[in-house]
Amino acid sequence: MIQPHGGSLINKDLPKVEKERILRQVDDFETIQVNPQTLKIIKNIGFGVFSPLEGFLNENNYRYVLEHMYLENNVAWPFPIVLDVPERKANSLNVDDRIILVDSIGNPIALMDIEDIYGYDKKEYAKKVYGTLDRNHPGVDSVFNMKEKLIGGDIFLINEPKSIFPELDLKPIETRVLFKQKKWDRVVAFQTRNPPHLGHEYIQKAGLTYVDGLFINPVIGKKKVGDFLDEVIIKAYQVLIDEYYPKDRVVLSTFETEMRYAGPKEAIFHAIARKNFGCDHIIIGRDHAGVGDFYGPYDAHKIFDHFPDLGIEPIKFRSFSKCSKCNSVVNDKICPHPPEMQKFFAGREIRAALQSGKPPDPEVMRPEVASVILQYKNPFVS
Amino acid sequence: MNEEEHKVEYTTVSIPKPLAEKIKERMKGTGFSSVSSYVTYVLRQVLSSIEADERSKQVFTKEEEEKVKQRLRDLGYID
Repeated sequence: MIQPHGGSLINKDLPKVEKERILRQVDDFETIQVNPQTLKIIKNIGFGVFSPLEGFLNENNYRYVLEHMYLENNVAWPFPIVLDVPERKANSLNVDDRIILVDSIGNPIALMDIEDIYGYDKKEYAKKVYGTLDRNHPGVDSVFNMKEKLIGGDIFLINEPKSIFPELDLKPIETRVLFKQKKWDRVVAFQTRNPPHLGHEYIQKAGLTYVDGLFINPVIGKKKVGDFLDEVIIKAYQVLIDEYYPKDRVVLSTFETEMRYAGPKEAIFHAIARKNFGCDHIIIGRDHAGVGDFYGPYDAHKIFDHFPDLGIEPIKFRSFSKCSKCNSVVNDKICPHPPEMQKFFAGREIRAALQSGKPPDPEVMRPEVASVILQYKNPFVS
Repeated sequence: MNEEEHKVEYTTVSIPKPLAEKIKERMKGTGFSSVSSYVTYVLRQVLSSIEADERSKQVFTKEEEEKVKQRLRDLGYID
């Protein structure tokens, strides 16, 4: 099985004895309240999804990653993972302080050793990560809403943040043990933030043909208005797998993280996370992690050429459609027929049908999947 | 423990003749009395190196693995 990114699976979950000791002294620590997205980052760092990161980036690594998409120790890392705090709070803290990160109701979540307190340029951050300063880009908008200062340093988990779907929330050590139990040596990951249509099913099964197992890993967490609800995506996949997939060849598990819509850089980020889960391949489709027209349709394919040492292999799919002449789902590499013979899997048309309460064309979406989605009065983030 | 229990059993492994000749040349002056003993020595070294490599690449311990397997059973991912 593929090694974790950076060579070892990070585990920052403190032993029970240590947790209890800290919790007895919790009032002695300065605290910083973090938002739900940061809680997810803490959890992902803590359980190794973001290996080799052991905490939030210090200033040197922040700048190096922004500039080079590598950490200072020469491990690929596409964009900064940072903790932002108000300036006033930052001014009350010092390097080498040990603080506690708490959730919105004050529950202690993690210990943090402050290595760095530093300023940053939001424009530089947004431009280098997202390639634009357009506030219509949700990622750029998030950057401009960040607090004034950044804090870097290692974190140590005290309390695991709650899972949204606990029965589907597998950690990297769990997926790796699971893949070993299943005797899966080669595993392809499929990253998604949408319910499946037949095009998705086609590329997943095409990928599965060449490996031992398929890891369907929907992103669960903060998304933009108009995206599908997390619950809808999960239920849609559960019915699709039940009805149309060989169950011993598929694992469905959630990846709790916010979507940054960083296009190609996020494709690398997604690949690294799935590498840590134990996957040695990842399917990368058209406009992966994109939004609007901010990125070229195949920028997320090209960026992998800059990371020959990434370890996890992208399986790149371009466009796919249902060809009336071939009478099957095809992609543009294998089908010679003209556009008028193609039925494309257009997200807009699928949404329009669902929004009007009708199932999409069964040649585009399985009726069972459509039926699950239509049980929801409003299946979209509003 | 008696002599029978100390006895090591052997099996025959075939190697191409040119390779055996090459080994004989290499063995000269080494103290190995036979191609078999030389090959046994080399293979033990190679296997030991592979096993050490595998151990260093273990992402989880046996204990961690058993604990995780129980959680996977509870969640229905494995029987």
